[in-house]
Amino acid sequence: MLVNQFLIVAALLFAMGTYGLLVRRNTVMILLSVELMLNAVNINLVAFEAYLRTSEAIGQVFSLFVITIAAAEVGIGLAIVLMIFRNRQSANVDEYNLMKF
Amino acid sequence: MTDLLVFAAEEGAHGGSFSEGGFFADTAGIMLISPFVAFLLIIWLGKQLKNDGAEFAIGAMAVNLVWASVLFFQNMTEGIVREVHFEIANIGLFEGRELIFELGWMVDGLSIMMYWVVSFVGLLVFIYAVGYMHGDRRVPWFFAAFSLFAGSMLILVGAPNLIQLIIGWEGVGLASYLLIGFYWEDIENVKAGNKAFLTNKVADVGLILGAILVGLAIGDFSFPAISEAAAAGNESLGAVAAAGGLLLFFGAMGKSAQFPFHIWLPDAMAGPTPVSALMHAATMVTAGIYLMARTFPLYQAFAEEAGIRPIMVTIGVITLFAMGLLALVADDIKKVLAYSTVSQLGYMMTAVAAGGYTAGLFHLFTHAFFKALLFLGAGSVIHAVHSNNMSDMGGLRKDMPKTFWTFVIGSVSLAGIIPFAGFFSKDEILATLDHEGYVGFMWVAIAGAFVTAFYMTRAVALTFFGTYKGHGHPHESPAIMTTPLIILAVPSVLAGFLNVPGLKLGSFGNFTDWLGARVVPMGDYHPESLDWALAAYGLTAGVGGIVIGWLLFAPDRDTQGERDRVEIPVLYPLLRRKYYVDDAALGLVGFTSGPLARATDWFNTYVLDNIVNGVGGAVRLAGRFVYNGLDQRGIDGIFNGLSAVADSAGSSLRKLQTGRVQQYATSVVIAALVLVIVVVIIQ
Amino acid sequence: MTFADWLSDPVNWVYLAIGAAVVASAFRVVTSQNVVHAALFLVATLAGTAALFLMMSAEFVAWTLVLVYIGAVIVLFLFGIMITRAPLNVEPGLDNPKARPLAAVVSLGLFVLLAYTSLQAFGSDQLTDVGTPTDTVTLAESLIVRFVLPFEIVGFVLLAALVGGITIARRDLTPVEEEERGAV
Repeated sequence: MLVNQFLIVAALLFAMGTYGLLVRRNTVMILLSVELMLNAVNINLVAFEAYLRTSEAIGQVFSLFVITIAAAEVGIGLAIVLMIFRNRQSANVDEYNLMKF
Repeated sequence: MTDLLVFAAEEGAHGGSFSEGGFFADTAGIMLISPFVAFLLIIWLGKQLKNDGAEFAIGAMAVNLVWASVLFFQNMTEGIVREVHFEIANIGLFEGRELIFELGWMVDGLSIMMYWVVSFVGLLVFIYAVGYMHGDRRVPWFFAAFSLFAGSMLILVGAPNLIQLIIGWEGVGLASYLLIGFYWEDIENVKAGNKAFLTNKVADVGLILGAILVGLAIGDFSFPAISEAAAAGNESLGAVAAAGGLLLFFGAMGKSAQFPFHIWLPDAMAGPTPVSALMHAATMVTAGIYLMARTFPLYQAFAEEAGIRPIMVTIGVITLFAMGLLALVADDIKKVLAYSTVSQLGYMMTAVAAGGYTAGLFHLFTHAFFKALLFLGAGSVIHAVHSNNMSDMGGLRKDMPKTFWTFVIGSVSLAGIIPFAGFFSKDEILATLDHEGYVGFMWVAIAGAFVTAFYMTRAVALTFFGTYKGHGHPHESPAIMTTPLIILAVPSVLAGFLNVPGLKLGSFGNFTDWLGARVVPMGDYHPESLDWALAAYGLTAGVGGIVIGWLLFAPDRDTQGERDRVEIPVLYPLLRRKYYVDDAALGLVGFTSGPLARATDWFNTYVLDNIVNGVGGAVRLAGRFVYNGLDQRGIDGIFNGLSAVADSAGSSLRKLQTGRVQQYATSVVIAALVLVIVVVIIQ
Repeated sequence: MTFADWLSDPVNWVYLAIGAAVVASAFRVVTSQNVVHAALFLVATLAGTAALFLMMSAEFVAWTLVLVYIGAVIVLFLFGIMITRAPLNVEPGLDNPKARPLAAVVSLGLFVLLAYTSLQAFGSDQLTDVGTPTDTVTLAESLIVRFVLPFEIVGFVLLAALVGGITIARRDLTPVEEEERGAV
């Protein structure tokens, strides 16, 4: 098996995650897209590990870290979405424009 | 851990042997700390006390004055050169040199003089402020910030190294911001505070860069080390001397309000009058002169060769003359004094820049007394008539005799009439300019003396003579305000005799000798005897200014317009608009801040994100790229690409300030893509 | 190595099936107009990813992915969807149609770039030692010996996320409610 066949799947996932990130209005959907992108990174890391075969399995360890951080990110992200939803009765990101100059 | 160092120099009255100063030099750090203790105590207990915490502020200053006076006397008799410092942190090796962060205090001629001036003037102004601020808003906070102001200045003048100097420097800036904007209910005052702070910040960049440059060149930020390296003609210091010297001068220009950074100082009059008095006499504006004096060996050793002296002297001379003219058209009495201060700072800066160490510092010394006196006198008048404008004053000499006489003493001293203090210090500056070959500039300085006398006569005539034009009936201020005036009048008259060329006060020597207590000899010029011809020119200019001013302004007129139309019609609009420097500065800020802020924002988002994305997607790519070598073409390409992207993205980004997160995200991704593509293409 | 060579290995047939499923379901995640469907398609994507991990001899990571993501994170998402009262059926306003063309171009460019650089970098390099799974003991030793500090930091981050999540999501009580609660 080639390294590239996995990397290209990862690239596809990453690109599609980006698409979702840029297109979706619903904040929960944006978080889903971010998960896709993180997942693509995980595939890359594991593929590199399967290619290089480091003695300490560094690639896999890093993908474990990514999974953990992603879980934390989802927790915090959804908490923020909940709070904003309570205050503005909307989960649509284009209605949060308080950051405007 | 205390580390005591004693250095010896070869100049001064004491044959090059200096003492360590004993107990008071050991504990001089108390002066640096006590105002901060007062600050905390006022914030904690101020409201519960009868005088709103002024007790603590005055107490701290009184302690300082005791210490400073003892040190001053010791320095007169035996000469003290002493540095005490504590190692706070070892920053580690930098290019093979150990950089250590130290705090401590200097005790030498220069620092002792500054300690004494700050403590003496500070104490009197604090006492005066008790009367002036009585019944005002937020009095405890006022005294707390006032203590902070004086304390920061003491940290600055006591600093044994550039780092501590910068700490004090920024502390002074912060405290001045708090005090200028003290009446923050009025938006104008807030703006004045912002203007002072931001103008100073611009100049601070110069100070910080200069400090880094000089400090890294010799691997040590301490002043004794810099002085010794400069005196020894250290080559690595010499290499950066031109740039470092100019950068430090740039910093000094900001705090000492040199042209074109003077714009903050007149606006700083928005603060309460005691603040102006302290700021103009002893703290803040003298910081720049002090910095120049502290790093004087650097200039003495390298400035001539590097050719930066003429630049600095020119700026000083422009300041002293052009800013004096502005005082002619101001109606606000405090602004007259503010422009006068800028002009006098120009004298000091000119002297120090031209190589007249003692001359500049002696003028700083005498100026501190009479300018504090003038400001406190103006405050007393303002207190009585409830207006800053001289068009609301007039005829006050009968109602306020103490204020009137002390104000006149201050004015005459400032105008440089023999035998008042200002005469001797200004004369020494003229003599120095003459000696150092800046003869043309010397004549400008003499013309400046004429202008000085002219505007001070105008201020006195409009305020104290003629008929009263304000409302109500003015009364003399209470004793707590007039007593400091009377005390300050004494040195305003007599301080000049401390440094009459050729005159030594018995075994005490004179001011030149006291300042001679320093780490390295500097070989700066001080006249051996009074040059009567030169003195006559200066004196003629001063007297001429007074006479002409009196002829023009003594006749009573009702409105300011009438008075001013008599004056120099061509220059008038130029002067009223302050040479348009303020407009130019504000225009420049408006012009640059928008695009600049956006560019910074762009850099933050895009370049940093690019780095992150690049790491994620192209680790191997980058590795190979670096491995293959970053040749000239590669580096050039990256920078050209970056700047092109910055350019186009910057101009289009203007339209993208929509507040929509996703549009921002789109831009981030596009920029990251473009950057990676550029890298790929180059590779 | 030709495409035919590549196809001759039966493992690659498996790969093609799983990869197609992953990509297709990922596509549905970002295009579905039904919120719940999108979340469920993410489950399919993740399951496929886990299968890919198994093919790449990363068994532990694969099962972690299944447990953590499919077991916990997706549940969180479904909770989020329910609580924000997103309509459970097709909703036209889920996308921002004006952003579609630009986003499509950008993501396509991203894919082309990533694919191009991967191809440039790895060419036809093969995976090493296919079929010998990474020992979980190796992974564990690596995690708590060499990477023990990051490991602890990640643990701390999780704790911070826990506390932060509670703090952010907790509704401040109105004074009246607080009083009631105090009375009880």
